[in-house]
Amino acid sequence: MKKTLFLLATSLAFAGSSSLASAEALDKVKACFIYVGPVGDFGWSYQHDQGRQYVEANLGDKVETAFLESVPEGADAERALERFARSGCNIIFTTSFGYMDATNTVAARFPDVKFEHATGYRRDHPNVSTYDSRFFQGRYVIGKIAGHLSTTGTAGYIASFPIPEVVQGINSFLLGARSVNPDFSLKVVWVNTWFDPGKEADAARALIDQGVDILTQHTDSTAPMQVAAERGIKAFGQASDMIAFGPETQLTSIIDDWGPYYLERVSAVLEGTWEQKATWAGMAEGHVVMAPYTNMPDEVKVMAAEIEAKITSGEFHPFTGPINKQDGTPFLAEGEVADDGTLASMNFYIEGIDDTLPQ
Amino acid sequence: MRIELEKRATPSLTMSILSPFIAFALTILAGAILFAVLGKNPIDALYSIFIEPLSEVWSLHELAIKAAPLMLIAVGLAVCFRSNNWNIGAEGQFIMGAIAGSILPVVFAGWQSPLVLPLMLMFGLAGGAAYAAIPAFLKARLNTNEILSSLMLVYVAQLFLDWLVRGPWRNPEGFNFPETVRFHADAILPAVLASGRAHWGIVFAIVAAIATAWMMRNTLKGFEVIVLGQSKRAGRFAGFSSSRMVYFAFLFSGALAGLAGIAEVSGAIGQLRPTISPGYGFTAIIVAFLGRLNPLGIVAAATVLALTYLGGEAAQISIGISDKVTRIFQGLLLFLVLASDTLIHYRVRLSRRPVHADMPLRMGEAVGKTSPATKPATGEV
Amino acid sequence: MTVYEAILLTVMIAATPILLAAIGELVVERSGVLNLGVEGMMIIGAVSAFAAAQISGSALIGAMAGTLAGVVFSSLFGFLTLSLAANQIATGLALTILGLGLSGMLGEAFIGLPGVKLTAISIPYLSDLPYVGKVLFGQDPIFYISVGLVIGVQFFLFRTRGGLLLRSVGDNHDSAHALGTPVIAIRYAAVLFGGACAGLAGAHLSLVYTPQWVENMSAGRGWIALALVAFASWRPARVFAGAYLFGAVSIAQLHAQALGVSVPSQFLSALPYIATIFVLVLISANRRLTLINTPASLGKPFVPER
Repeated sequence: MKKTLFLLATSLAFAGSSSLASAEALDKVKACFIYVGPVGDFGWSYQHDQGRQYVEANLGDKVETAFLESVPEGADAERALERFARSGCNIIFTTSFGYMDATNTVAARFPDVKFEHATGYRRDHPNVSTYDSRFFQGRYVIGKIAGHLSTTGTAGYIASFPIPEVVQGINSFLLGARSVNPDFSLKVVWVNTWFDPGKEADAARALIDQGVDILTQHTDSTAPMQVAAERGIKAFGQASDMIAFGPETQLTSIIDDWGPYYLERVSAVLEGTWEQKATWAGMAEGHVVMAPYTNMPDEVKVMAAEIEAKITSGEFHPFTGPINKQDGTPFLAEGEVADDGTLASMNFYIEGIDDTLPQ
Repeated sequence: MRIELEKRATPSLTMSILSPFIAFALTILAGAILFAVLGKNPIDALYSIFIEPLSEVWSLHELAIKAAPLMLIAVGLAVCFRSNNWNIGAEGQFIMGAIAGSILPVVFAGWQSPLVLPLMLMFGLAGGAAYAAIPAFLKARLNTNEILSSLMLVYVAQLFLDWLVRGPWRNPEGFNFPETVRFHADAILPAVLASGRAHWGIVFAIVAAIATAWMMRNTLKGFEVIVLGQSKRAGRFAGFSSSRMVYFAFLFSGALAGLAGIAEVSGAIGQLRPTISPGYGFTAIIVAFLGRLNPLGIVAAATVLALTYLGGEAAQISIGISDKVTRIFQGLLLFLVLASDTLIHYRVRLSRRPVHADMPLRMGEAVGKTSPATKPATGEV
Repeated sequence: MTVYEAILLTVMIAATPILLAAIGELVVERSGVLNLGVEGMMIIGAVSAFAAAQISGSALIGAMAGTLAGVVFSSLFGFLTLSLAANQIATGLALTILGLGLSGMLGEAFIGLPGVKLTAISIPYLSDLPYVGKVLFGQDPIFYISVGLVIGVQFFLFRTRGGLLLRSVGDNHDSAHALGTPVIAIRYAAVLFGGACAGLAGAHLSLVYTPQWVENMSAGRGWIALALVAFASWRPARVFAGAYLFGAVSIAQLHAQALGVSVPSQFLSALPYIATIFVLVLISANRRLTLINTPASLGKPFVPER
């Protein structure tokens, strides 16, 4: 009885102190991750899990991690988050846009747990942060490579959903390609899924049948890379390094490297310095990494490395004017750079894209 | 060596009661073996799957949320199956009910009043029933196989929902993500108790189960369902119309599925999205069989199945078992229940006799010998 | 390769798995058994084929393993529905659920690995024909098996005594039994054949279509195959036509997009299902057509009377 009272008293004391301002440092952190797909998708969820493993490797004994995979968005997500919060997680990373409601709802009930929501925009409570990466920077680089290497001047783009992030990617890619070849064109196919190898393979085949000789994707499986290898054209990987699926096919891949960010945030919880933040980082912070440049002539490699360096150092921003919208109206004036707000809600094509954005 | 089934004169009562328990026990055993093979402690694993979700209040609420749609749909399906109408399209009726019920909060989002929710529920019932009327009509009037027609309509419904949330009903402020506006407060199915998230869906489900059990046992309609399910001819002699029963069965189960749909959307999700069901309509078929097509049995079966969903998640975190194990458990449980069910209606014997011991083995030689067809045909044509 | 050849190739790859699964299920249903577990058998075939190919290094062994796995898995269904007279619908669904779970678990070790692709075989002389040569006669072996099976099943069902017996079992199992036909044995054979076909279809997915293993990679093709059998009114030649039609429709939608034509993709995707309903209605509304085409005992359990 006395022991129970003692424990109760001490835990109340701790609870009381931890609800003040920023938390005190911890000896050990439990970091939990919830994925929308299977860890084995070798794409989006796989990369997040790589990030989790990076944290484990770097913090060793000071961290314990747990994860739930293939959790559908909606009611199941809320329950999974609640379970995590109750099982002692100090920080929970929710790695899909569709977890936005669940994240904010559960965060309200557990003010001492930190929530990090990927690709979201709502931070309803002080214990919710959001984070995302400037993938469009990578898109510009591969666009430039495509501009140099394509003989037909047309690339195939397998797109998922017409959300701002994807639209940014398409626009940025074309800007990069046109900086080399002003007549470069794109063929876009919307597969309406993030991950469906069969459908992605079919889309890849259809695009190649129509004469594109370079393929890129904003979907997560390795199927398009395999189809490109099968048909003998070049392709860009997505989310992870897909060279194993196309040793002579992959030019490079835009890799989502979440490791550094996860380490930073988990360490912050360890040190008691975690604060709410909205992060949109890119090459400069190491969140967007390009896979080694392969299967291309040396001068193209040099050019790609150059532009990558310029973007990383901040010297160049892919969305620099003069750029017009698809309907001809001006978007950016000469030398003007698009601001983050416009990019985050981008729902229009730039001039030169031969497709109607599904509205 | 063959397995021979000898039909019992009356279904064995002992086996009726024992068989689900036998099946459950065998599943636990198989599961324990599976975990041992995977290198995990079977006791710990089974504890986290079956006991842990029951040990906390919030978890019980989650159990209710997960079990409610399964229960509601399965109760309707039980009646349908009992009448020998095979509604495999409950998933589609769930979706259509959800869509119908969502018309008010999505299209007329400005109208907010306490009337909205009851109307939504009624629309849900109507939507599910109307969608189920299609295969019913096709069967009653045009003699079309209802299994296939109702199954095909599931895909049509899914694609229709997909089109709606990506197109006309997409939230204009949603950054082009495929989802509708979030329902306003008047359109959300409230929680039943303050201690958790469980919404009124579970109440609907239990009420439906009790009402249906009462209907089946105490009303003429219930009698009609059972008689027509066992023999159309007998039903006809009694003055029951089998084509009217087709409509009743489908509309009844469709309505309940539709109600489950709108309850799930307005209680658990709060908006329409491209996928609103992880296969409830199909899992409900399993629940119906696990519950032996008896509404009260279904209450138990739905709870057990919901437990496996929750338990599978708990086991993922505490033991590190993958989420596929949940599915394996469910499939195994159903298999064993179906196998155990045989014991209720048949005595199983191993025999050495060939199938036609007293009959000529070649076609054509039967003519002129003792007629093998002295018994009336068992199946209805 | 010209554009048309390329498109034909794409359609062929898309159509082959559903063709295989459907032709197997056609035989099963013709014998009076409704096996809704096609999706489960397919995915088991896919994971087995991939695993075997990875371990042995040979895609051919993988294909055989996939087929075998389908047979073994379907025997579970056969045992329950034929020996224990369990409800076919529930058993089929249980098979699908078990198959999806089991394959996910077995496949965990093989995720993220590039697959061993089944190499194409070139039929001498024929593959040198202009236009169609390379495409029609330079395909992977599974494609040829699928075509061969359609011809074989057509022949078997309608030109052999065995096929006649099978159809009689499907039309009226009690009469067939009364005449001495071994109903259960024939149905077992049909179910196992269906399992083999579904397993091979799965093998095609993980060895040819997208040579990798991904959970749930069958993506509902088993259900499409079920639709296809009904759409084809249980006739093999129509299954062939239907499979290619379904495949062409799904590819056409992608091409249209790539060409810049915006078509509501959901409508095109729904077409096969709506068309199947229409066909079902057509063949059922006319009593005569029904009697000729639908196996009347479909789905009914059979227990030999003493």
